[in-house]
Amino acid sequence: MRLRICVLSLLISAPSFAYAQDSNSLTIDGQVMVTETAAPAHMENVDTIYSGWRFRSQETQAMEMDDFDNPAFVFLDKAYELWDAVDGTEGKSCSSCHEPEDFTGLRAQLPRVEGEELVTLEDLINRSRVEHMGAEPWKWSGTQMTSMTALVGLQSRGLPMDVAIEGDAKPFWEAGKEIYYTNVGQLDMACSSCHEDNYGMMIRADHLSQGQINGFPTYRLKNAKLNSIHGRFKGCMTNIRATPFKEGGAEFKALELYLASRSEGLSVETPSVRN
Amino acid sequence: MASGVKPRVKVPKTAEAGEAITIKTLISHKMESGQRKDGDGKLIPRSIINRFTAEFNGENVIDVALEPAISTNPYFQFDAIVPESGEFTFTWYDDDGDIYNATKKISVA
Amino acid sequence: MSYTRRQFLAASTFSSISLLGVPAFASLTDDAISALTGGAGAVEGGISITAPEIAENGNTVPVEIDAPGAVAITLFADGNPTPSVATFKFGALSASRTASTRIRLSTTQNVVAVAEMEDGSFQMAKANVKVTIGGCGG
Repeated sequence: MRLRICVLSLLISAPSFAYAQDSNSLTIDGQVMVTETAAPAHMENVDTIYSGWRFRSQETQAMEMDDFDNPAFVFLDKAYELWDAVDGTEGKSCSSCHEPEDFTGLRAQLPRVEGEELVTLEDLINRSRVEHMGAEPWKWSGTQMTSMTALVGLQSRGLPMDVAIEGDAKPFWEAGKEIYYTNVGQLDMACSSCHEDNYGMMIRADHLSQGQINGFPTYRLKNAKLNSIHGRFKGCMTNIRATPFKEGGAEFKALELYLASRSEGLSVETPSVRN
Repeated sequence: MASGVKPRVKVPKTAEAGEAITIKTLISHKMESGQRKDGDGKLIPRSIINRFTAEFNGENVIDVALEPAISTNPYFQFDAIVPESGEFTFTWYDDDGDIYNATKKISVA
Repeated sequence: MSYTRRQFLAASTFSSISLLGVPAFASLTDDAISALTGGAGAVEGGISITAPEIAENGNTVPVEIDAPGAVAITLFADGNPTPSVATFKFGALSASRTASTRIRLSTTQNVVAVAEMEDGSFQMAKANVKVTIGGCGG
């Protein structure tokens, strides 16, 4: 027991110097991305927000700067095929009603309140599939869904994240904020423990970012595929030995809204490349 | 038959005669190394792309023998001389016997 | 003196690791290089490998090799379970003897490139890549 506590404090506090985010600038196929900006007013403890891109190694950063080198685009190819594929009882495909460009700006505003509910991009896609196409909903973090959220997200690439947090959104935002700062799990940590209090530091060999979600779904080198926002939340919670909330459930949606608000002003980088 | 295997190739559309161009190729393939174990603890058998070739108008540019240490979605970048207008042919050979192709035309001014 | 089980396990693990460490795999690579060069061996210098000093993830490590005047280049990873990575044979329309790819490295180790030159001799280059364990990668 004593050994475990020693090891834990060694893991997190060992580096006496922080590898802060670097000062590289991100241009993707000629388009300049905003990876650093003043933190929104509601963030009391952080002055400047940075995209996760700024915390990755040069080789990883380079992969995102070119749409061919970016391994995520293999999944974009899949998404374009799915776009044109007829599926469901109504004999329709996405392309029967939509062009991808119709969704410019959408990624930057999600999640948002519609009626009584907070909806994410996955919700909107599945809603269309079920109600308009008569098709089966896709699994939240499955390849089809992540490929499609990448395609829709790509239409907003370069636009600033800008979600509504007042009015109808306020209760969801407050709930998400509370989750962000609540310690959970065997390791008794909150999102803020790493991503607000210690971003820029190394946790073992990982360079901690601010945990922004402006680049999701993201291609992770670790599993060589696109990862959804809720899938990433689940992984983080598992790592601090907490029982994760459900993907697509109220908690993760509220948390997604709160996190999206913490990235206000950063460019959408979907589909990004991370470690 | 390995499913969902798709090639992607990046070749400039035009070049000067005799110019050296850079080609990038990628193919979506899991590259199952043969080192991983399944839920029951049994080794998942190797299943990879084992060879990649690039030709221009029938002449060889590069021939690569791949081992399981090549990452998922094998990526190659290399340079080719373009003597005249024509077509690049890229071929990937799968352990399971499948062969995948992609072609790209290039015109010389 | 009686050992606790924990102390005994730690001691035996440590001693067996120091016996079975990188050197075992490194000799597999030496054997492979010997086989490739027909026993002639390879001379260092003349060719180069570019690889990150620290790999953010051992799954996907970008590597570039440059061997002017080479006919073929073979890549090895001397700490992987099997050292062979790839062999690049350059054809008549190859513009330069360079190639880039992405490889898997299971642990901190050397990436070794052995180039067969036009005159039948062999040249070699090594790059040490630190492969880190993610701390909270999820």
